[in-house]
Amino acid sequence: MNIPAELKYTKSHEWIRREDDGTVTVGITDHAQEALGDIVFLDLPDAGRVVAAGEECAVVESVKAASDIYAPVAGEIVAANDAALDAPESVNADAYANWLFKLKPANAADVDALLDAAAYAEIAADD
Amino acid sequence: MARCTPLHAVHVAAGARMVDFAGWDMPVNYGSQIEEHHAVRSDAGMFDVSHMLALDLTGADATPFLRTLLANDVAKLTVPGKALYSCMLNAEGGVIDDLIVYYFAPDKFRIVVNAGTADKDVARMRKQIARTGANVSLDAHRDLAMIAVQGPNARAKTWHAIPGSESASAGLKPFFAAQVGDMLIARTGYTGEDGFEITLPAAQAPALWNALSAAGVAPCGLGARDTLRLEAGMNLYGQDMDEATSPLNAGLSWTVDMKDIDRNFIGRAALETSPASQKVIGLVLLERGVLRAHQTVFTDAGEGETTSGTFSPTLQQAIAFARVPLELAEGSTVEVDIRGKRLRARTVKLPFVRNGQALI
Repeated sequence: MNIPAELKYTKSHEWIRREDDGTVTVGITDHAQEALGDIVFLDLPDAGRVVAAGEECAVVESVKAASDIYAPVAGEIVAANDAALDAPESVNADAYANWLFKLKPANAADVDALLDAAAYAEIAADD
Repeated sequence: MARCTPLHAVHVAAGARMVDFAGWDMPVNYGSQIEEHHAVRSDAGMFDVSHMLALDLTGADATPFLRTLLANDVAKLTVPGKALYSCMLNAEGGVIDDLIVYYFAPDKFRIVVNAGTADKDVARMRKQIARTGANVSLDAHRDLAMIAVQGPNARAKTWHAIPGSESASAGLKPFFAAQVGDMLIARTGYTGEDGFEITLPAAQAPALWNALSAAGVAPCGLGARDTLRLEAGMNLYGQDMDEATSPLNAGLSWTVDMKDIDRNFIGRAALETSPASQKVIGLVLLERGVLRAHQTVFTDAGEGETTSGTFSPTLQQAIAFARVPLELAEGSTVEVDIRGKRLRARTVKLPFVRNGQALI
């Protein structure tokens, strides 16, 4: 299973990368894209939207199912990946390169509390 | 514990993603559902459909028994090998199952029913046999496997994979079957493409699957099967109709044969007193998004509901079946509630795709 060690994770299969500018980049894990199958549609949040931790803020739809994507921590959306919007299948091809949105956390420490790769690997293995 | 078809080990070895379907552990895809879909539309793909149940009905009363049991009329089957699609209804006119019945002789039929309804179907048929005292015997075959080979090149590749099968099956017209050795080869399917459905002894199934694969037939899972049948405008039992749905409201009026006024099939009286109140149409979404089952459809003639929906790999647009008021005009623009947003969709006549060609 492809679970990069340097990323943080959620139980709901998002990955989170800390950026130098204090924002975080969010996508879905390789395990999640494989479970969903061919992805054909993304609905991404607008920049400026303020979200609570665990709030539904994006949708990934494959041929077979729709899956809600949750904000991993509270904060403000600063960008959505328009390139992925136009090519949803890119998330299947590389779920870690093709992120969904960037968020400025309200509290940077919230990110530390997310799952590390080892903890997520256990969750994904049980899935 | 989920049940396994005779091809289960072959699917697992091929790296298929397996899911529970009606209590069976079945392949949903072998990698990309969309690639499998395109393989069937443009070349040839195969599906393990061994979870469906084949039943043999034999005996002197087989024809009159089926004329009472089924909403379509087996009396129109007069040529050996001819198949008929029919619903089996309950007394209230609801659909217990949809099935294919093959005619071999007036006292010999093969019936193929859905996996999820098989136990209930058999119980129902046995009860009806007991109630009527019909001189028939019903034999359920769990010793058989079924492989559907579908696509424009499906027949040619099947002939390549099964030596000697071409002479026996090249002359088959659509909806006819022929016995070829141990195999029943039927020119039927659930994709809107040409092809065969092959029923054979379970032990022979892995060898045939591998031979078809070697002949260039792509293994396809239930995922592609669903998008293909949706594009082809074909209902899925349990989703597009069930025991609470009249076939007249499920786009299946063409399968209910009322011509012989003396044929009192089960459910007939209920259908005669409750004519169709809705019709089934196709929807094509005009905006970005994906149509799914159970979304509310807002029309000028009143509300309706989607029964099946998906992203169509052939059309590259979201499509759905919807039950809408009878009065809704063809070609109307409607709105569909998708996750709280109302998006515009166009109504079209089914099917969306047939023999590789978009029809909308």
